[in-house]
Amino acid sequence: MKIEILGTGCKNCNKLAENVVKAVFLSGREDIEIVKVEDMMEIVKYGVMRTPALVIDGTVKVTGRLPDIKEIKDMIAN
Amino acid sequence: MDPIKAFADWLTYSVFGLDSSTHAGQALDFFIYDTIKIFILLAAMIFLVSYARTYITPEKARKWLGNRKGIQYNFLASLVGVVTPFCSCSSVPIFIGFVGAGVPLGITFSFLITSPMVNEAAIAVLGGSVGWLATGLYVLSGILIGTFGGYFIGKLKLEDEVEDFVYNAQIGDVAQEDLVPKQRADFAWGEAKIIVKKVWPYIIIGVGVGALFHGYAPEGIMAQYAGVDNPLAVPAAVGLGVPLYSNVMGLIPIAESLIGKGLPVGTALAFLMSVTALSLPELIILKKVLSTKLIMIFVTIVTIGIIITGYMFNWIL
Repeated sequence: MKIEILGTGCKNCNKLAENVVKAVFLSGREDIEIVKVEDMMEIVKYGVMRTPALVIDGTVKVTGRLPDIKEIKDMIAN
Repeated sequence: MDPIKAFADWLTYSVFGLDSSTHAGQALDFFIYDTIKIFILLAAMIFLVSYARTYITPEKARKWLGNRKGIQYNFLASLVGVVTPFCSCSSVPIFIGFVGAGVPLGITFSFLITSPMVNEAAIAVLGGSVGWLATGLYVLSGILIGTFGGYFIGKLKLEDEVEDFVYNAQIGDVAQEDLVPKQRADFAWGEAKIIVKKVWPYIIIGVGVGALFHGYAPEGIMAQYAGVDNPLAVPAAVGLGVPLYSNVMGLIPIAESLIGKGLPVGTALAFLMSVTALSLPELIILKKVLSTKLIMIFVTIVTIGIIITGYMFNWIL
C-alpha cells in the first residue's frame, strides 16, 4: 500500500504526516510506503485544490481537512 | 438593552469604578464591549460557514463553472469565493485547478477577486464593530467588484498572458467525500479554533487602538480632514490600503473608531477592501502563473472598482 500526503508545507500538512505515521504504526502493517508530495504541479495532477490531502493507492481520500489518527487507521484497514 | 453592553457598562463603571464621562471610562467600556461581541460573532460565524463549506467545495465549483459563458457565471464564481476560504498560499493551486479544468479566465478571476475580500471572519468582525448595514454593503461590493472585474478581464482576451503549463496541466478528478454530520461539525469547529487562535492578537490590538481613539480623539476630527466634501479622501484611502499588507481583522475596529469620529463609511470600507483585495505576497505567488501585464490589469481593475464603490457608498449613505 502507498500513502501520499499532499501539501506545500503548511502547518496542517505536517500534522497530517504525523497522524499518518502514527496510524500506520498502530495498524501494525509493514507493507505501507509513506510519501510526501510537495510539488505544486504534482499536487494539481491529483485534481486537489485544497491541502492537506491524503491519497491512498492513487485515490484521493481527503482534501482540505485534517483527518484524525483513528479515521486514517480505518482507511488503511479498508 | 444589549446584554453585552450592560455587562461592559457594569464592569467599567461599577467594578472598575470609572466615570462614564471620562476618556478612560469611555475607552475601557468600548474595549470590553467590542472584544466580547466580536469574539462571539467570530466563533459562531466561522463555525456556520465552515459547516456549509463542507458542501460547497472548489472541486464542485470547478464542475459548475467549467466551459461556461456569461456574466451570471462570474456572479456564481464570486459567490463561491465568499464561501471558500482564501489564503495566498492556495491561490495558485486553485488558479491552476480552475483554468486547467476549463473554467474561463474571467470567471476564475471573479473567484480570485472576491475570495480574499469577503470571508466569514471579516463579516463577523465588521458586523460586530461597524454595523450590519455597512457589512452588507461591504459584502455586496466585494461580490460586484468580483463579478464585473472578472467579466472585464474575460472580455479583454488575455488567455495568452497565462503560463502555458496551466492549460496543459493534467487535472485529475476528485471523488467527493461523503461526510457524516459529525465530521462536518469537527471540521467546522476545527476551523473556528484555528482562525480565532490566529487572529485574536490582531483584534485585541485593533480594538485597543480603536478604543483609545474613541476615548481621546476630538469629536469630528476625521470629518474635518477626510469628510465627504474632500474628493481625494477615497483614492487616498485606497492608495494607502493597496500596498498595506496587514491582518484586516485588526484594522476593522480601528476603522470603526475612525467612522465614529466622522470618517465617511464609504471611505472606510474602500480602505478595508483595498487592504484585503490586493496583497503583495499574493501577487508574487500569482506571478508563477500570470504575466506581469495581466497582474497589472488585475490590480488596476480591482483598484478602480474599489474607488467607485467607495464614492458610491459615501453618496448613498
